[in-house]
Formats: sequence, C-alpha cells, structure tokens
Amino acid sequence: MQIPVEGFMYPNEVELQWSVLIVLYPFLTGLVAGAFILASLERVFMVKAVKPTYRLALLTALAFLIVAPLPLQLHLGHPERSFEMYLTPHRSSAMAMFGFVYLWYLLAVLVVEIWLDYRRDIVVMSQCTTGWKRLVYRVLTLGSTNISERSLHIDERVGWLVTVIGIPSAFLLHGYVGFIFGSVKANPWWSSPLMPVVFLFSAMVSGIAIVMLLYMLMCRLRREPIDMDCVDTVAKYLFYTFIIDFSLEMLDLIHRIYEADESFRSLDFMVHTRLFLSQVVIQILLGTVLPILLIGLTQVVKLAAKQRKRIYVVAGCLTMIGIFAMRWNVVIGGQLFSKSFLGYTTYKMAFATREGLLTAIVLTVLPFVILGVLVKLLPPWPEKKSAISSVAVAAYGAD
Amino acid sequence: MKAFKDAGHLFRLASVFLVGGVLFLAFRGVLVPRSFGQYGHYRGNAIKETAALPISYAGHQVCESCHADLLEVKSKGVHKRVACEACHGPLATHADDPASVQPAKLDTAVLCVRCHEANLAKPKNFPQVVSAEHSGGAPCETCHQPHSPAIVAVAGGSQ
Repeated sequence: MQIPVEGFMYPNEVELQWSVLIVLYPFLTGLVAGAFILASLERVFMVKAVKPTYRLALLTALAFLIVAPLPLQLHLGHPERSFEMYLTPHRSSAMAMFGFVYLWYLLAVLVVEIWLDYRRDIVVMSQCTTGWKRLVYRVLTLGSTNISERSLHIDERVGWLVTVIGIPSAFLLHGYVGFIFGSVKANPWWSSPLMPVVFLFSAMVSGIAIVMLLYMLMCRLRREPIDMDCVDTVAKYLFYTFIIDFSLEMLDLIHRIYEADESFRSLDFMVHTRLFLSQVVIQILLGTVLPILLIGLTQVVKLAAKQRKRIYVVAGCLTMIGIFAMRWNVVIGGQLFSKSFLGYTTYKMAFATREGLLTAIVLTVLPFVILGVLVKLLPPWPEKKSAISSVAVAAYGAD
Repeated sequence: MKAFKDAGHLFRLASVFLVGGVLFLAFRGVLVPRSFGQYGHYRGNAIKETAALPISYAGHQVCESCHADLLEVKSKGVHKRVACEACHGPLATHADDPASVQPAKLDTAVLCVRCHEANLAKPKNFPQVVSAEHSGGAPCETCHQPHSPAIVAVAGGSQ
C-alpha cells in the first residue's frame, strides 16, 4: 500500500506507528477519570443535585476502565506479555508504571467504592433473587450479610475516604496519559508540560458529558422523567470545566505561536492543511466553541425544560466528537510531520485488521455493552433502591 | 467489639486483597526466572543461552581462506569492506562442510536493491538507482560484477 507523502520524510516516519487504537486509549481513560470526578461531586463536594448520576457515573467509569487497556493490548500484540509489566516492572518506564496506576485505580478505588455503595443492595438481592444471579450476588457479598445501620454508616465513611483518595488517583490516571505524550521531547507537537493538564481537563469534560448523555438516554429508555435539576447542575459543571479546558488549550496555542520555535512553521502549515478539518473545524469550532456557546446559552437565557434537554443532547454529542477529535489530532497529528520539518505523511486507516476501524468501533461499543450488564446487575436507579429498601426491611427488620 | 463486628465485611474485603496479593507474590516467585536481575533488568541466564547457540556466520576470514580468487577481485572494488555473508547470508555450515552444503544462488535483481534502491534519505554520494527505470527488473549481474561492481570500459567493450 503506497502512502502519499508530501515533501521529505525520513523512511521510518512514512508509516504511522500509533494508530486509531492509540487515539481510543486516551479517549477511554479520559471518560473514566471524568465520570469518576463527576461522581465525587456528590460524594465529597456535597453537590446533592447530581445524586441521580452518582451510581451511573461510577458504573460508567468501571465499564470504560475495563476496556481502556484493550486498545494498547491490540496495538502491541502478545497480550500475555503485558503481565510481565507487573512481574518485573521497569521503574524508568512511564508505560510500565502506568500499569500500576491503572491497577490501583481499578481495584483500590473504583471496585471498592462501587462495592461499598452497593453492598446493601447486593446483600438484599442475594436473598431475593434466584439461579445464577443469586450466586453472583452471594459471591459479591463476600459472605457478610450484615447491613445494620451501623455497618452501613461505616460503609459510608469508608466510601467517602475512598472517594477522597480516588480524586487524586483519577487525576493521576489521566494526567499520566497526558504525561506520556507530553514527555516525548523529540516530538514538538506533543512535548509540552501543559499536556497532562490539558488532557486532564478534557477528560473531565468528556466524562461529565457522557454521564449526562447516558443519564438522559437511560431515563428515556425507562420512560422515567429526567431530573432537570440534576441535568442542569451537571451541564453547569460541564460548562465551567469546558471553559477551563478551552482556556488551557488556547494558552498552549498562544504559547506555541509566540514562542515560534524551529518546528512552528511546519506545525502551522500542518494545522492549516492536513489537520484543518479535524482540528480547526471539528475539534475547535464544532467540538468546543459550539457546545460552550450552546450550554452558555442555557446559563444566561431562561429556556423551557424541553429546549434545555435538546441543547444538552446536542452539546453533549458535539463535546464527545470534539474530545475524540482532540485525541485524534494529538496522536495522529503528532506523527504526520517529519522531524526534518520538510515533509508530511498520510494516515491510512485499514478496516478489518487488528488496528483497523472495525476494531476501533468494537472497542468503542464494548464499554456500553459492559455498562448494560453492570446496570442490569447493579441498577443505579434510586427508585429501585427504595423498592429494595422495602424488601430489606421485610427481610432484616429495622436492624 | 461491636464496631469490629459491624466492620466485619471490610475485613473480608481486606482478606480478598490479601489473598490476591499473596497469590500474586506466589505466582511471581514461580514465574520470574531465578537469574532475573543478576546483571541488569533481564534474565542473567540469557547470556549463557545465547552464547550456547550454534554459530551461523563463519566470518569473512574463513571464506577468504578458500575463495582467494574472489577476494582478489573484491579487494579492488567498492565492495571491499562488505563482508561476504552480508550478501550471501550465514554460511558457517558451508564452511564446516563445503562439499555437502552449497550456498543458494542469489538473485541480484532482489539482492542489490536492498542497498542501492534510490531513497531521499540516503547520502547523495551513495550509489543508488530507481531499479525499475535503471534495469527494468533485469538482474544487476547482467552488467555489473557483484564482487567489483564498477563497469570499467576496456578496449573492445566493457567489463
């Protein structure tokens, strides 16, 4: 397959080494970190209005976190070798250390927090379900059926502590992804100390947006009314976070323009040609400026609930597209230009290959399938909880 | 004691992590080779194992001890510093038993362009051609003698 090259490229630069799967990897981890930080709003920062999204945000974070390493596994091949990272870790490797950050976040933060929050429901459902579901719930109880008021109070306190620890962990998880790119000093498109911070805020934006969209979608599927107070509050936080994210990205851009180092002309040309559609049109105009304006409109103009809902859906979808475009422009854009600054190559995405479009689509859909299973197993709905409460009272008394 | 009783599930959770940690350490003890880290961040025994592998390359001195005629031609051309096995491949088995192990005949239409196909990244003074235009796929040895490839005009024709 001939790859169109313009100008001069070194031979090892013609073919891109990091594919669409490496675009997907920061996109997925970003959703995890963002969703968790939204959950922490309710738990730690006492923003009670977002409570209906709390459990959904945690389950979303878990579903995406399970899938997050798969793009890397597929990109590298030999998935069995990734276990070596834990057996014989190399402390000077940022990627090897990321394995531990990932494991810490998955097991010590997310799973523990979800388990503590759902423990009461798990215990009750282990009693009132049958068949394989009962078996699953019984395993999840770890053999303890104590759901006394005091034990639940202890769960609440420990859960709060886990969330407090989880916030810097979530920052670390996605800041780390930005760090991996930002520390590649040979690549001027990536090498920036602002990269971890920009990645972090864009992660928060995408995580908040996806939980907002999922909440609205699930309410619609369940034919339940959307809690507008909740969605308005989530949208407000999305708006604030988006403004910080956009400011940071513009700060990075202005800094690059003013600094105008030896790479600037080459990168500037690339942004005006090969990346114009994906960066200027999709990422900045459609994926950032337009959703900020749309949500900003809801903040300054009093609109009916129906109009606000429509705006949130459109703005949320545009946000997701914009954040994905940002990951695309960082990962793919950083490989399109030559280190000689005299040439540009092209990314040709295959379809049904190990790193092709089909694989990327499957990996994007997979977290939603996992989320569907998790939601079935651990329903995040408050009303379900109250129904369970009555069963609990019947089964265990006031205790 | 009541507090401990009500926090019993947390101890169970901690036990799960503890068992997981112990299992991990046990697996690690079994899976990580004993010699790992002996010299650096790799398996120390790998050095001995690699050293014990059969030798594939004979080395140009061994080739030259039999093929003195080719050495004479080669030493006068631009390929004088190219080792024999760089083109002919590893031939220790041939050096050990020249009668029964014969090297494969090389296809110069494929072999030469590995180095001499034109590429912008190569130094300008390095001999390079666009093979499709230069020879149209014909073997290079039609015109060039691989051991001393320069075409020198001689009286009555070219060499």
